[in-house]
Amino acid sequence: MAIDVQPTSGQLPGAPPPPSGPKRHRPWWQRPGILTGFAGAVGGYFFGHWLGNAIGAGWQQVATADQNNLAIVLGYTFLTIGWLAGLGVFNDLFRLMLGRAIPHEEQEEEARTGLARYFQYTLGHKVVGIQYLVGIIIYFCAGGLMAMAIRSELLSPVNHIFSSAAYVEIVGEHGTLMMMLMTSMITGPFGNYLVPIMIGAKRVAYPRIEALAFWLTPAAFLILLSALLLGGFPFGWTGYAPLSIQATEGANAYAFAFGLMGISVVLSGFNLIATIICNRAPGMRWSRIPIFVWAVFTTSFLFVLAAPVLIAGMYMMLTDRTVQTAFFVDQLGGSAYLYQNVFWFFGHPEVYILALPGFGVVSELMPVFCRKPLFAYRISAAGMLGVGLLSFFVWQHHLFVSGINPDMRPVFMLTTELISVPTGFIFLVALGTLWRAKIRFEVPMLFVFAFFFNFLIGGVSGVFQSDVPADVLVHGSFFVMAHFHYTIMGGLVFAFMGACYYWLPKLMGIRLNRTLGIIQFWVMFIAFNSTFLPLFAAGALGQPRRVFEYAQNLQTLNDWVSISSFVLGGSILIFVINFVWSTVIVREREIGNPWESRGLEWQVSSPPPFENFRHIPVVLADPYDYGVKDAPPVADLNPPPGMIAASYDPAAAAKLEV
Amino acid sequence: MTASDQPGQAVRREPSHGLRMLLIWVPLSLAADLVIWFVWYPHLPPGRMTDVAAGQQFDLAVLAICGAPVILFIWIFGVYATIVWRRRPGDNDDGPPIRDNKRVSAAWIAVTTALVLGLFGFGTYQLIVPNGAGGGQGASPAWAPKKVDLQVQVIAQQWVFTYRYPQFGGFETPQLVLPEGSVIEFHVTSLDVIHSFWAYQLGVKADANPGVDNVAFAKPVQTGSVVVRCSELCGLWHGAMFDYGRVVSPAAFLKWAKTTEVQLASVTKILPPFALTYDPTAIKTLGPVLVKLGLTGAGGGFYGPQVPVQP
Repeated sequence: MAIDVQPTSGQLPGAPPPPSGPKRHRPWWQRPGILTGFAGAVGGYFFGHWLGNAIGAGWQQVATADQNNLAIVLGYTFLTIGWLAGLGVFNDLFRLMLGRAIPHEEQEEEARTGLARYFQYTLGHKVVGIQYLVGIIIYFCAGGLMAMAIRSELLSPVNHIFSSAAYVEIVGEHGTLMMMLMTSMITGPFGNYLVPIMIGAKRVAYPRIEALAFWLTPAAFLILLSALLLGGFPFGWTGYAPLSIQATEGANAYAFAFGLMGISVVLSGFNLIATIICNRAPGMRWSRIPIFVWAVFTTSFLFVLAAPVLIAGMYMMLTDRTVQTAFFVDQLGGSAYLYQNVFWFFGHPEVYILALPGFGVVSELMPVFCRKPLFAYRISAAGMLGVGLLSFFVWQHHLFVSGINPDMRPVFMLTTELISVPTGFIFLVALGTLWRAKIRFEVPMLFVFAFFFNFLIGGVSGVFQSDVPADVLVHGSFFVMAHFHYTIMGGLVFAFMGACYYWLPKLMGIRLNRTLGIIQFWVMFIAFNSTFLPLFAAGALGQPRRVFEYAQNLQTLNDWVSISSFVLGGSILIFVINFVWSTVIVREREIGNPWESRGLEWQVSSPPPFENFRHIPVVLADPYDYGVKDAPPVADLNPPPGMIAASYDPAAAAKLEV
Repeated sequence: MTASDQPGQAVRREPSHGLRMLLIWVPLSLAADLVIWFVWYPHLPPGRMTDVAAGQQFDLAVLAICGAPVILFIWIFGVYATIVWRRRPGDNDDGPPIRDNKRVSAAWIAVTTALVLGLFGFGTYQLIVPNGAGGGQGASPAWAPKKVDLQVQVIAQQWVFTYRYPQFGGFETPQLVLPEGSVIEFHVTSLDVIHSFWAYQLGVKADANPGVDNVAFAKPVQTGSVVVRCSELCGLWHGAMFDYGRVVSPAAFLKWAKTTEVQLASVTKILPPFALTYDPTAIKTLGPVLVKLGLTGAGGGFYGPQVPVQP
């Protein structure tokens, strides 16, 4: 059923409270949680490692037991299973299989309060959203520290801080961490938390799958970091095949963690798609859903269509490494090109998975701070869908000099350049919304402006790379690296920051410090551009990516970039300080609607109450009626009895109208 | 500055924002494009040492000329909006509820699509006419010159490039020497993992895949030094995988090639015969080569057994 027509929790005023039987209320330390999860993970790892050694120790390529790839991969497998079992993910499943009643309803789960629920497998999209938010900030800072390490090494072309082995380890960890975990940077916290509220739903379609998707991310994060204990992996985030097959044990961590994160985003995508299709409130037509929801919707489709290809690729890599299949081994009938094709068939939609939620955030914020309706709503939604669709047809531009399909190059050049048309729609919408607006330069709006500034440079530099002759020069150089940092860091991360300043009052009921926010914005904006703009030049002047030695004449550029990047890291530190300061230490309450937004999520209290809405709202308009005289409210939060049922039953609706 | 829609005031005519922006945009774009063409273009990388490098330089200039007005348009719009359309203190009104403008949207879509299709046509021409623009085209190039003067095989391995000259008995050397004025056909292959042969000044970049012959073309038109770097992460010493080649006059090249052929004749004899790809796991002569030299690519091992293996 789409939504609860007659829910037990008081859709009808005066209805009796839901029946509640005797319940066991155990204290937090007796409930399954992160501690039991760790216990399960450690136990699982040792079991898997033992199993792998038991069945794989006799293979000729294994010198010692701790070099047995099979043991390590099975260790990770059982680690993940143990982690989830320790968290209690499977408890309800087994109860159902054994025919027992589930002791707690998910609504009750959500009604639980206290800090402990954030460390447990808790159902309820608002808890999962906050879990994602904190998790993402931790993962992002870990990846950012590695970026600082890379830039420290690149301060000098001849004097080294790290060995070449440590350097490629750090490069690989930074890239993989960012690319796999930041897929959920906006859809994770803001998608899970806000989408149900924005579409007038009390809950998501699959709360268990949603919580599972989150709890896979810490496992993927820690498994990826465990590569450092195994000597790292020397192939960057792309993991091109012959190198990743010959690499030592750390590569198992890369493939397993990346695949695990693929599973996480597939699950998360299914839940969001089902929620957006099925759980919309009456009146929340496709032409009225907020543009951010369109972005999450498109991104979720990319999740479920692209990530399985990644999972398959990682699985093939793992079997190549453990049980001696030869998918990617040239001498044995495989092909290294197969891996490149599989990886980039995922990898290019992946970069739009990172960009699209950013589009959604800035398009959602623009009307609020411009005090105008979103310009060309349909074109905006069409642009996102167009980007999502085209992103599956461009992947071979990553292989323009690889020797694959030379005669197909014009086709991929065309599709790649065409994708800038729907991307341009986002700019059209922004300019149209700015036209004769009354712009309020609050902190989120500053980040929106910066998003467009950065993404413009990222997009135009992308056209250089889509053009094959120009790409022959810049392919695989720092130019490419600067380009995608402009789109992803300049786009996604700036949008994430804007979203934090805009929605944290909603998510946590507190206000982030405005002065610190403005300081953070200017430091971050200037340092970001000062970091990545010179890298275009470094790349075009001949510095390949992922080198730890470079030409002497590029040292000045690299030093400039490194120093700027340290300042950029400092700006993220300001954000973390602001986040901790405002949420933990000062806690300045923000209950109302500080931005005077018309969004449905702002019509309920902050943080939203248990089940988001007392009654399922009836949506009357899209949330962009700024400047319209006598505009109706965006939704009727207390619809008359019978209204909801009528919206599902044409006969009853006819009766009501009479 | 702008019209104020406050009730009670006489409604002032809305100034023509579009015209104002146009008047700022046109001269600035013109100036930027002129600067790009006359000042920047001659100095753009990768220079003009070969026909394909010059083509890439021209492409970069054309793309910059198309991109600069786009960037300026958005920037000017943003700055204009910041100055003119920011909220004045005390003004808590909303802006005008403009939801759509079909003509503006249609014009935007038409212009961006036309620009993109134009760039596509230009890029395709620039790709096909200079024979693949210096990029690796795989074993059967889609666009090849009518006549090739010199074949050079580039053998990549961790972490060095070596070069074989099949027209000179197939000798193998770590030096890249090329004659000026000849059409060169590079055959790029790898013995272990994926590398990428990036001869910067030549404007050539071709991935070196194991078991694959990746062909790229270039015609040097100037003499000088060439930096060769690996541009695909290939393991620990990827950053140290570079060497320097040189483009010399045809006479000097012939002299060098003939001398080197004679010098290396004894080594060439025990190398595997010239082939487009090599399988280092199946080379019978590997042992003698390693014993004698410890230093060949086609033979399957540049580094001796004392060097630790790739992690």
